[in-house]
Amino acid sequence: MIVKLIDFLRDRLQLVIRLSYVGLALLVAWDVFFVSKEHAHTAVEHIPGFWAAFGFVACVVIIIVSKWYGHLGIMTREDYYDN
Amino acid sequence: MITDFWLHPALILIVGAFILPFLPKWLKRPYLVIVPTLAFLSVLSMQGQHGTFGVVRFLDWHLTFGRVDGLSMVFAYIMTLMCIIGTIYGLHVEEDFQHVAAWLYVAGSLGVIFCGDYLVLFLFWELMAFASVFLVWFRGRRESLAVGYRYLLVHTAGGLALLAGLVLRYQATGGDLSFGPIGVGSPSLSTYLILIGFLLNAAVPPFHAWLPDAYGEATVSGAVFMCAFTTKTAVYALARAFAGMDILIPLGVCMALYGVVYAVLENDTRRLLAYHIISQVGYMVAGVGIGTELAINGACAHAFAHILYKGLLFMGCGSVLHMTGKSKFSELGGLYKKMPMAFVFTMIGGLSISAFPLFSGFVSKAMIVAAGFEVHNYWAAFLLTLASAGTFLHTGLKVPYFIWFGKNNCSRETWDKAADPPWNMQVGMGIAAFLCIFIGSYTPYLYNMLPYPQIAAGYHPYNTYHLSETLQILLFTALGFFLLIKKLAPEPKISIDLDWFYRMGGRGFYWLARKPIQWADSCVSEGYRYVGLIPLMTTAKFWSWFDWHAIDGVVDGVAKTVRGIGGAMRRVQSGQLQYNIFYAVSLVAVALVIYVFA
Repeated sequence: MIVKLIDFLRDRLQLVIRLSYVGLALLVAWDVFFVSKEHAHTAVEHIPGFWAAFGFVACVVIIIVSKWYGHLGIMTREDYYDN
Repeated sequence: MITDFWLHPALILIVGAFILPFLPKWLKRPYLVIVPTLAFLSVLSMQGQHGTFGVVRFLDWHLTFGRVDGLSMVFAYIMTLMCIIGTIYGLHVEEDFQHVAAWLYVAGSLGVIFCGDYLVLFLFWELMAFASVFLVWFRGRRESLAVGYRYLLVHTAGGLALLAGLVLRYQATGGDLSFGPIGVGSPSLSTYLILIGFLLNAAVPPFHAWLPDAYGEATVSGAVFMCAFTTKTAVYALARAFAGMDILIPLGVCMALYGVVYAVLENDTRRLLAYHIISQVGYMVAGVGIGTELAINGACAHAFAHILYKGLLFMGCGSVLHMTGKSKFSELGGLYKKMPMAFVFTMIGGLSISAFPLFSGFVSKAMIVAAGFEVHNYWAAFLLTLASAGTFLHTGLKVPYFIWFGKNNCSRETWDKAADPPWNMQVGMGIAAFLCIFIGSYTPYLYNMLPYPQIAAGYHPYNTYHLSETLQILLFTALGFFLLIKKLAPEPKISIDLDWFYRMGGRGFYWLARKPIQWADSCVSEGYRYVGLIPLMTTAKFWSWFDWHAIDGVVDGVAKTVRGIGGAMRRVQSGQLQYNIFYAVSLVAVALVIYVFA
């Protein structure tokens, strides 16, 4: 059943991707227009879509900084410690 | 007070472990389920019965084996529960001693959780290290042996720091060994030594490299145990003694980010999960550092949730290793058709660790971040939120994607071997998966168990703002993942971590032992030959000549005596450097002990 469901979605990959984008847009719209900001801890959180931007930037920064760090020489061949 | 009857759950496991090898084969499987269940029941029977039990007089001390209170109960509950799940997951393992090692290891953790003084703590602390190393050695590969020794060496060093700390503390407090709040306001050398002992087990950088090293190499079911107990026992010890110690906040935040960075680089599934333990324990350490009631609740809740979801993740990735023999992303991929159940369970673990609404991480992690915002420690709260994006990126997306989807890197053999794991592994994963969702969906179950239940009852994670915040962070992280997916393609590489220093340092020591020390040793021996032995022998020879030629028959025997002294001198001063160093060090140690206790 699980395999069938996954195959069903994979056969319609473009549609799934488009629906995901629509979902993201709706999420931000919901946040901007409907979510009360009374629980916000800081002023910056009142910027519309702040956490969406935060999540996206965090992800990009983590990937780029980590890969940059790894390629400084931290990542090395697998038999590095073998004699 | 010493009450009538109190059964230590660790005792059940220890006795159970020693009986196991003698049982007939047909009885073993039921027995493997019954013993940890009994331990769990004994913890359940203590609920609501707070107090001090199991006090034993030993020499001048009263040793406390059973302190039952809110803090110890929440940890004991989840640890005995995890022991049941882990044992069921490993039910197919036929080597009795793997089970024995696992149970003794859990017994070590429980001993620390319930102990009331540092002596008992130290005893069980060492039991943990010495029992768990077998879970690495039983993997039976050539590397396992070396990894196990490194693991043991690092933990012995940590244990020594702890021991030194408690000896100094014993002296400074005039004989007080009770294990409680250590006085973080006025730390002394002993405080820091004890702290180092705890931080090493909590895998706080720079004392963390043992963790991915050992957990990536442990047996499939051994890793499920290891990921749950050592670090969380250390979190308990920190929460007990170091609540509110400021330095733990930056340390915890660094841990949370450090684990995330190395997880990006990692190619081995279980090592990636291990780096994420460091990241997640970072939240708990930061929570302990913040030290408010909400933060301590958060640290405990997160430890509780973490034991289950991390166990589940190790079970999921472990089942891939068990079935295919592979654990590297660069040798896996596209397996959803072959291992759908393992995928679903791992995904539940991934969503829980990522703190998706309705999963366990959502109701526990948020408490720590909220406590950070509450005390206006904004940078810590924001950086922890940043790390949680990284958590979803790796454990929620990278792990499932590159094992079950993505480019199929499987060899023909791997592909043929891949299938969902045996029933007992699926049952273990099923129980953990159920609890992950149950905790996330029904908060009173976990919140009522926390050390400050009234504070927990006033905390509501399910409000629209928090839901919107979490969903935005997670789903936009997913967007970033799919846009940058090419950058994340697995590379068959290893990443150098701080274990480089002792792995290469070990080689340096080996070289040092082979070359300069051996050279010095032979120099000293030679020196003795020239300075000590030759003059003695010459003297002896002279006397012999004198005896022979001058006073022959008069002072018969003098030469023989002198020659005898020469020989005796030679035996005492063997000239072997290692003995001399050993005697000197022993003398210093004895002097130190006399100085401290006198």
